Amino acid sequence: MWMLEIPPFAPFFIGALLAAVTRGTLRNMIMVAIPIISALHLGLVPEGVHVQFDFLNYQLTPYRADKLSLMFGYVFHIAALIAIIYSLHIRDTLQQVAAMMYAGSGLGAVFAGDLLTLFVFWEFLAFTSVFLIWARRTRRSYVAGMRYLIIQVLSGVILLVGALFYAAENSTLEFGYIGLDGVSGWLIFIAFGIKCAFPMAHNWLTDAYPEATVTGTVFLSAFTTKVAVYALARGYPGTELLVYIGAAMTCFPIFFAVIENDLRRVLAYSLINQVGFMVVGVGIGTALAINGAVSHAFNDVIFKGLLFMSMGAVLHMTGRINGSDLGGLYKTMPKTTVLCIVGAASISAFPLFSGFVSKSMVMSAALENGFDWIWLMLLFASAGVFHHAGIKIPYFAFFAHDSGIRVSDPPINMLFAMLIAASLCVAIGIYPAALYSLLPYDTGYNPYDASHVLAQTQLLFFSALAFVWLNLSGKYPPELCSTNLDVDWIYRRVAPNVLQKIFSFIWKTDRALRLAFLVKFDLFLAFLAQRNEGISALLSRTYPVGSMVMWVAVILGVYLFLSFIH
Amino acid sequence: MGNEKKHLFEHPKNVKRLLHFLYGGCALLFVLDFVIHRHVIHQWENLWGFYPIYGFVGCVVLVRVATWMRTFLMRAENYYDFEGQESESRDSEGKEDIHEQHKGKYSKNNNANNVGNHNVDA
Repeated sequence: MWMLEIPPFAPFFIGALLAAVTRGTLRNMIMVAIPIISALHLGLVPEGVHVQFDFLNYQLTPYRADKLSLMFGYVFHIAALIAIIYSLHIRDTLQQVAAMMYAGSGLGAVFAGDLLTLFVFWEFLAFTSVFLIWARRTRRSYVAGMRYLIIQVLSGVILLVGALFYAAENSTLEFGYIGLDGVSGWLIFIAFGIKCAFPMAHNWLTDAYPEATVTGTVFLSAFTTKVAVYALARGYPGTELLVYIGAAMTCFPIFFAVIENDLRRVLAYSLINQVGFMVVGVGIGTALAINGAVSHAFNDVIFKGLLFMSMGAVLHMTGRINGSDLGGLYKTMPKTTVLCIVGAASISAFPLFSGFVSKSMVMSAALENGFDWIWLMLLFASAGVFHHAGIKIPYFAFFAHDSGIRVSDPPINMLFAMLIAASLCVAIGIYPAALYSLLPYDTGYNPYDASHVLAQTQLLFFSALAFVWLNLSGKYPPELCSTNLDVDWIYRRVAPNVLQKIFSFIWKTDRALRLAFLVKFDLFLAFLAQRNEGISALLSRTYPVGSMVMWVAVILGVYLFLSFIH
Repeated sequence: MGNEKKHLFEHPKNVKRLLHFLYGGCALLFVLDFVIHRHVIHQWENLWGFYPIYGFVGCVVLVRVATWMRTFLMRAENYYDFEGQESESRDSEGKEDIHEQHKGKYSKNNNANNVGNHNVDA
């Protein structure tokens, strides 16, 4: 059947083309229809290789579907649909075309069966998503987008080099298990790690996402990091190093999130924290852990999207996003408040919400496989994520002190998109079997046993109690207008300063050396002239070259004159 | 705002109710620890009130450490906005700025880049 051979990115690229040439309602209809049609089509696609051809002696597989890629394919369709509905009010061709291309690239990457195709879509992801940042059209977003693009392209280049090494080592480009042996394994690992926001390489995310447009951030939060998680799950399952990297990712961002003022940046930090749980799951590598990682990625796309949408709605309506400027919005934005709280409950993994049914798998897997300390870190991160994303976000935006801002709920399309996401969060939380049936492995896991529900509820209630106690006793750090230094300080401040100092030192030394040489040279000439002066008086003095040229000209002129009058 | 209707949490009674609900919930969950027999994987889970205490202490530590981190991580909001411009004493300027904001000397923020950034504490 020829229909099978249409890879899922194709409808989105066609949609981008159509969005570029249409306007108004027609464009909106096309943009909503594309993910729906494409999702229906994907629902019919069986597992297996669907497109394959030979290229320069290598077999390329641009379209391969299995349980792992299909899972990401489904959630990318859901995310694209929700984000498109969320941005229906926008009249900005640049953003709409870029968003369609970006969603298509994400799909292309997860269905790529070889490393070269993966590389192509890897770079496409970077080049299409950066326009969602630049579309804000401020100087700040422009420079943040530049930094984002440089780092993303760097990741792509490393991936390409790694893929070439891989081809040389294994004489195939097939994208399967790679593992950390050989140069290629490490290079590809680093490339994935940059996109996955590994510690120290994470700053592009917290730097750029909050600078994107209101709707752009919703798209951004769904695709790039999840493609990286997918790539790790395929190439590096069971790599123990990932367990430690992931645990670090769950813990360090929450400290930054607590003191961050820009609420969308708080969410960006918590995005790293959630990706950390997935990375731990991939690192453990058992069936339960991989299931946990993949289902958590699925849920995270939806609840993190919901949180970004609710904060986007706040930014859209008030023009502000700093916690210090906001507060008391529940009075006039009640619907957004409720939807935001659903997202907050989901990310905090409250029982009956989606985060609970997926995060618990990773935690259980960590315990069962003897990663005790990692488990403690994950538990700490779970309490922390509730603290900064579950309480801080809704509290400082919608409650806290009254900012006096009175704006209504956002446009109906934004509310509707949030409602879809919130419904999915609750539906998955109540009926996880539907989600579990899509997972790569069948583990018969049941999240709702009494001890587990009790443990998680205890953890969350007492975290809330800690928040209340700290807040009432005035020990909670107030929201302050500030910039918090992170790793980006190294390349935004230290490196430029150091380079500037080095270069100014080089120029200075260079000038001093030249000057010293010239002085010495002059002295040397004077010395020679002095020596010669004794021999022949007039001509050997240190006359400048110019005067000599002048005298030559004079002599020639006299010669000419003489030849005329001759 | 005088003629605005009173909202849910403007009644101190409602705030109190919410807090009492939380306190009650915490107490109940703590007691349930002794009632419900949990099957544990790890020995720490057997410890008396492990999850509640871990959650509470974890959050307090998190917030205290994060607050402490502010002492060396925090800079003025426009710290990076000097990018590409020449200014010798950027760092010291930035620090001064934020400290004065803390003392409340500055009543307005001097950031032109951020949309609608002014104190709206009405």
